[in-house]
Amino acid sequence: MSTSTETIEQLATREYKYGFVTDVESETIPKGLNEDIVRLISAKKNEPDWLLQWRLKAYRLWLTMKEPTWQNVKYDPINYQDIVYYSAPKKRPALNSLDDVDPEVKRTFDKLGIPLEEQKLLAGVAVDAVFDSVSVATTFREKLAKMGIIFMSFSEAVQHHPDLVRKYLGSVVPHTDNFFAALNSAVFSDGSFVYVPKGVRCPMELSTYFRINAKDTGQFERTLIVADEGSYVSYLEGCTAPMRDENQLHAAVVELVALDDATIKYSTIQNWYPGDKDGKGGIYNFVTKRGLCAGRRSKITWTQVETGSAITWKYPGCILQGDGSIGEFYSVATTNNWQQADTGTKMIHLGKNTRSTIVSKGISAGHGQNTYRGLVRVGKNAVHARNYSQCDSLLIGDKCGAHTFPYLEIRNTSARVEHEASTSKIGEDQIFYCRQRGLPTEDAVNMIVSGFCKEVFRELPMEFAVEAQKLLSVSLEGSVG
Amino acid sequence: MLEIKNLQVTAEDKEILRGIDLSVNKGEVHAIMGPNGSGKSTLARALSGHPEYQVTGGQVLFEGRDLLDMDPDERAREGVFMAFQYPVEIAGVNNAYFLKAALNAKRKHQGLPELDAMEFMSLVNDKAKLLEIDKSMLSRAVNEGFSGGEKKRNEIFQMALLEPTLAILDETDSGLDIDALKLVANGVNAMRSPERAFIVVTHYQRLLNYIVPDFVHVLSGGRIVKSGGKELALELEQKGYGWIEAA
Ligand SMILES: Nc1ncnc2c1ncn2[C@@H]1O[C@H](COP(=O)(O)OP(=O)(O)OP(=O)(O)O)[C@@H](O)[C@H]1O
Ligand SMILES: [Mg+2]
Repeated sequence: MSTSTETIEQLATREYKYGFVTDVESETIPKGLNEDIVRLISAKKNEPDWLLQWRLKAYRLWLTMKEPTWQNVKYDPINYQDIVYYSAPKKRPALNSLDDVDPEVKRTFDKLGIPLEEQKLLAGVAVDAVFDSVSVATTFREKLAKMGIIFMSFSEAVQHHPDLVRKYLGSVVPHTDNFFAALNSAVFSDGSFVYVPKGVRCPMELSTYFRINAKDTGQFERTLIVADEGSYVSYLEGCTAPMRDENQLHAAVVELVALDDATIKYSTIQNWYPGDKDGKGGIYNFVTKRGLCAGRRSKITWTQVETGSAITWKYPGCILQGDGSIGEFYSVATTNNWQQADTGTKMIHLGKNTRSTIVSKGISAGHGQNTYRGLVRVGKNAVHARNYSQCDSLLIGDKCGAHTFPYLEIRNTSARVEHEASTSKIGEDQIFYCRQRGLPTEDAVNMIVSGFCKEVFRELPMEFAVEAQKLLSVSLEGSVG
Repeated sequence: MLEIKNLQVTAEDKEILRGIDLSVNKGEVHAIMGPNGSGKSTLARALSGHPEYQVTGGQVLFEGRDLLDMDPDERAREGVFMAFQYPVEIAGVNNAYFLKAALNAKRKHQGLPELDAMEFMSLVNDKAKLLEIDKSMLSRAVNEGFSGGEKKRNEIFQMALLEPTLAILDETDSGLDIDALKLVANGVNAMRSPERAFIVVTHYQRLLNYIVPDFVHVLSGGRIVKSGGKELALELEQKGYGWIEAA
């Protein structure tokens, strides 16, 4: 009987349709890391001396630090001398006009569905496109500038708004924070900078699209978003990389600052190359992301859909400093084939009446290993802090794994903390039920999985929720026979 | 329309059906009765292609085609519907969305245009009226938190919407209160037509007062041990199964 051979464990090859390489002339510095490399990167960007000194301080500290090993992932040691820390398309755009962007690079983004011409873009989305180590274009900047909103590459912000950058750089994630944050602080090359002035509601989604292209290159970007009093901004990042047999390192830092009554929504659709079905190649996605709810009644929401990368290791967190501030974390992480993810959040309650919500959905298929790791800390002055956490895991097949590590540190007795967790297996019976109603297996799995992720998807900006759903179905393709 | 010849089925190497012969014509209602564990659900599942059940012998023709050669979803799109004895829950998936996807999968298969949300809702309204079913069930997730009776009613609702040519009801009456039982029976009766056949698995003669079968078969030990008209059900009600098994 033909159907009896179809078992959930059967894995087929999955397709990664972003895996192409762009043939573009690049300016690439030699492999390896030392003080001269740090100076070289800084010089290429024409940076002020304070920034170079900041980088060097981070570099010297990094030399003394040890790579962390506590996370629940396995990989061969990374040779930091074997990585290229800066690579940029040779035709450096002046960024005034799209005509200056290398046509090959433009075509790459077209192919990825991110046309850089404003008129072709999704209405209501402004894009900063980062190719290897540099930003190649930022759209709608003039329109935004009229409202006082600054949206540009990090390198430009250093030139045009040095005071703002200097004030907030490292204020949420100091270079001392961890091994990869120190490394990033030393060698970061580009990223996005956003400032939304007092009382302004940013009228469009801001988004950054990251693309790794060059071989042996690491991407170390840095994003800084500052929302001034009473402002609102929704920001989204997406990312892809070519298929390569070697692992490539992506070690980014994202810092968010929300002042009184400001709201930042930060959404990620992470689709770095995950490696092939035997676990060869793929991106190591080791990222530090943190938001500071500095002001009263400020709010930061992290939403992430993590489908790519060989290894994902990140904990977007919120420091709830302002009284009445709110932190939220909504996450879907999938691991298929040999992918590993150790992800979660940190909610640090410092102010009074602060609230946090954590909703984590882990999906494991193939040999994928998915770990949720979350910290909820309530400081001694955080009276009436509240947290609600929900961690659900879905297993597809029986060679994958799900692990949950919730940590609680409560130093104020008025705190109310709730935690719920569940692990379920996508049932042969659920799939059969759908099929008995006429739905093909693949559709059945997609439907069951997106039902599982519903609470997270509805937090995404409309335009991207559909995209995320599609991505999820691609990333689980072939996970069910 | 359905020709089952010497059907043998195993699950986990356990022999369950040991040669079933049954032929069902359009317009007929066949009731299948028999003691617990006799293989009634197994027959229903094997006909709908559940992957845990291996057909080790025999043949099944559905409208002249080899049913056993089709995938479960293809069987469904070809018009085989099974109302489950234990319908599963699918968290987070909206019932209406699920049904629309199922209906459109079938329509696509038949070469019909897919229904849009408006058309679908008006169809739903018609069927809900026909079955006197509360539509609020549709805005909930598939079977999630449904009571036992609600789950069964939802199955009948799906059947009404998908309009199968062969409907297999596996103990749709168990767990229903008397009003719900009538509702389900009315639904089935409303759908009886010269083009459609039903196989109704039940333990209770009571259901057959409402859904009057053309034939009653008794399954025991993986075989049909007795067949008859609707009066056979009454006899079973009085005498139990012992006298047949002994015979
Ligand atoms: N997947 C399976 N694996 C192993 N054995 C099974 C499986 N499904 C059914 N069986 C066995 O086959 C026999 C028939 O089961 P089935 O569910 O078909 O009975 P039934 O007639 O529907 O009973 P009931 O009246 O209790 O619903 C039982 O002994 C049961 O334990
Ligand atoms: Mg049964």
